[in-house]
Amino acid sequence: MSIRVEHLKKRFGDFSTGSAGSAAGFVAVDDVSFEVESGSLVALLGPSGSGKSTILRILAGLEAPDEGRVLFDGVDATHVHARARAIGFVFQHYALFRHLTVEENVAFGLDVRNVPKATSRKRAQELLQLVGLGGLGGRYPSQLSGGQRQRVALARALAPEPKLLLLDEPFGAVDAKVREELREWLRRLHDEVGVTSIFVTHDQDEAFSVSDRVLVIHRGRLEQLGTPSEILDEPRTEFVAGFVGEVNVFPAEIANGEARVGALHAKVGAPDGHARLVVRSYDVKLWREDAGIATVERVVTLGDRVRVHALVDGAGSLVAQFPRRSSLLKNVEPGCRVQVEVTSARAYPRASADA
Amino acid sequence: MRAERDVGAPAIAPVEAAKLDARDTRGDRLAPGSLAAGRLALGAVVVLYLTIVLLGPMGALVTEVSRIGIGEVLLAVLAPPALEALGMSIALVAISVVVNAFVGTIGAIALVRHRFVGRGLLGALADLPLAVSPVMIGLAFLLLVGREGVLAPVLEALDWKIVYAFPGLVIGTLFVTLPYTMRELAYVLEEIGTSEEEAAATLGASAWQTFWRVTFPNVRVALGYGLLMTAARALGEFGAVLVLGGSISGQTQTATTFIHDAVEERALAGGYGMALVLGAISVVLLALLEHLKHRRARALGRTK
Amino acid sequence: MRTADALLPGPGQRALRGLALVYVLVLVAIPLATLVVLAFADGPTVFVERVTDEVARDALVLTLGTGVLVGALNVLFGTATAWVLTRYRFPGRGALSALVDLPLAVPTLVAGVMIAVLYGPSSLVGTTFAAWDVEIVFAKPGIVLALLFVTLPFVVRAVEPVLAEIDVAEEEAAIVLGAGPWRVFRTVFFPALLPAALSAGIRSTGRAIGEFGSIVVIAGNIPFETLTAPVYVFGEIESGAPRAAAAVSTVLLVFALALYVGATWIERKVGARHAS
Repeated sequence: MSIRVEHLKKRFGDFSTGSAGSAAGFVAVDDVSFEVESGSLVALLGPSGSGKSTILRILAGLEAPDEGRVLFDGVDATHVHARARAIGFVFQHYALFRHLTVEENVAFGLDVRNVPKATSRKRAQELLQLVGLGGLGGRYPSQLSGGQRQRVALARALAPEPKLLLLDEPFGAVDAKVREELREWLRRLHDEVGVTSIFVTHDQDEAFSVSDRVLVIHRGRLEQLGTPSEILDEPRTEFVAGFVGEVNVFPAEIANGEARVGALHAKVGAPDGHARLVVRSYDVKLWREDAGIATVERVVTLGDRVRVHALVDGAGSLVAQFPRRSSLLKNVEPGCRVQVEVTSARAYPRASADA
Repeated sequence: MRAERDVGAPAIAPVEAAKLDARDTRGDRLAPGSLAAGRLALGAVVVLYLTIVLLGPMGALVTEVSRIGIGEVLLAVLAPPALEALGMSIALVAISVVVNAFVGTIGAIALVRHRFVGRGLLGALADLPLAVSPVMIGLAFLLLVGREGVLAPVLEALDWKIVYAFPGLVIGTLFVTLPYTMRELAYVLEEIGTSEEEAAATLGASAWQTFWRVTFPNVRVALGYGLLMTAARALGEFGAVLVLGGSISGQTQTATTFIHDAVEERALAGGYGMALVLGAISVVLLALLEHLKHRRARALGRTK
Repeated sequence: MRTADALLPGPGQRALRGLALVYVLVLVAIPLATLVVLAFADGPTVFVERVTDEVARDALVLTLGTGVLVGALNVLFGTATAWVLTRYRFPGRGALSALVDLPLAVPTLVAGVMIAVLYGPSSLVGTTFAAWDVEIVFAKPGIVLALLFVTLPFVVRAVEPVLAEIDVAEEEAAIVLGAGPWRVFRTVFFPALLPAALSAGIRSTGRAIGEFGSIVVIAGNIPFETLTAPVYVFGEIESGAPRAAAAVSTVLLVFALALYVGATWIERKVGARHAS
């Protein structure tokens, strides 16, 4: 099923809680439009409070937008109730029915449609096999681990054969190691089942490693939509550039296509004037040179990568990242002078010298 | 009304109850030995207080009844007037439990899950009976539907007797029992949260299916707890039913007003006997309440 | 917690909700409104007269006085009881803890009877105190005892969870830093316990001022001595003066509501502080 979202807007006003705040409340989704191809796996990536979960819930029908339309396969579904939308939803904290067994949980979507019990139980078993929990049908959610519960939630969502699968930070509540496994597993599952899937995450690694395309959301707006490499290599807005990957940001002056701050300079395709220079930590080359422009403060080894923190003359702190075995790191140690070269950077205009 | 649970139903919040059982008193063990005397003193003071205020009176009633003689007491308690009074009370309990099961559930859902004009009013009114003295309840209804009440002409035309008749007892009892089930359910509904219900909606369940298959099983224990408190309150109501019913033997005399009349007439065997019966029923209700309290603590402690 | 749009009620649910609202309005709002309106129906001067009638005034003072006293006693002994029940281990602790809830289940009238039996003039305790010329039943001490029985669970049950929530680590930290037991109590426990105990104590006062069943049995209802406001109201009803009864009732209601609102305010303030 293909998805199309047009000019979605949602604001939350203050209501029952009587919270102090303006009568206008706050804007969660601010004019968002995008399309998702049938069968693809797409990530909604953004920081907390960016509105990505709200967008997902609007797609699910759990929330109604103030303005805009949601179309499934070209048909307007904006005002269709959640229960009639043929979607599967996986909640961050699983939302398993605590008093039902695992099998009953998975069969729920079929039971409420009055599918004969034998059929629904059979399908539940199939799905439990699919998610690798074959023998656990008789257990209760409280008897399972976090990772197991999330797989039950997935099986439950898939049982009624939905045309769209929505996942809200599906691996947020799980240990780091389990998270990695589950990510792999989700990708493989998607390839096997083929249902259009959209998941919400604040973790860029997750978004980039699992999905076909990524939507970066910030403050209710869609900042960029593209493949992982498009987003990493061609960030369209300052937020995307700063949010994704590890970056250094400097206030700089641009003249003739070159940005300068202190002793640091880089080629950028931006107009002359005040700007913010954004340099990825792995877009920096540095090597030991007594006549260099920076002094090394710290060298941090992280598994397969090394981070070098240096103080660039007149520019401030800079973080550069290298693979551990890089030859550039020869003799680089705290206190020594290094030369710095920026291989790639982007600049975004600032209003004034202090912005 | 936020879903508060204190006045009239000050049960421990369920998760805390579970914690209490496993309470680590490391702090006390760390304290120096000289504290032991202080702790003994505090313990003794508390036990003394509880004896004076609670345990003593309980024991005294039992002692007094055995002093009068079990035989005489049984005779009085099994006599028709006593049995009729007890039957009246039980009928009132049954009615209030059934009515509050429905009203309490609907009201709690409205308070916690809905957003509507009048929600604050519903919450405030549901709490109000806890602040009103029982005699005042009787008086209020008397002024409204009594023989010289505001609605008296209407009632006469319809030939409805409310005051000094069974219906009067019913409305008085319904008034005082209103808060218990509703507040208990409101509290639990708030604690449980909506995620399971949202999940049910995404899986295609209708509103009724969601309630019956997901919400209701999750609040069953709390509902039981609330209804038990309702029953205890209904059984124990005195002031309102005295004013509204007039304690007419065989017609509007409840177990409590029976005791009152008996004690006034110095028919102590019947009075104390019935008091002991009600006391025993209270203890049974209490035991059930404590049992449910623990079950509810475990149920809410179970992860989502 | 905001309810998702998808879970908002359909027409059927809204109709049920409407019925519940009507039920509550008819059962609670209208009768009480009638009471208050009729209390003033004969004019404000008459209202004041009725309320300041010697007997009525004395009854109100007695009611409020005993209510406040009981509230204070509850704060003190209720906290102590919660402390002992939560932090000490001894045989019978579970049963004792369960019994603290008993006043909620026992009819107030039965409570009155029980107290009368134990402390009445013909009992062992009663005769002992009579020798010292102290009357319990049919005198003010009896009223206080009855009210203490009826309001016993309030503070205990409110303080227990607060006590259980306090992190043992805080206490250990204080001890390790050298604080003596009183200091530990003041620093670690008192600030958390005070609002809970105080608001529950206020609620217990609100409960106490409306108490009828237990008082009417043991107090003797002697005007200017042991006649409380609810019993006075009852008396006025019996003597066919419902309007006078309504006047005094209104005063009681106002006090009860004020106490209830005060307790809620304290709880909200504490809740807000924890949330921030």
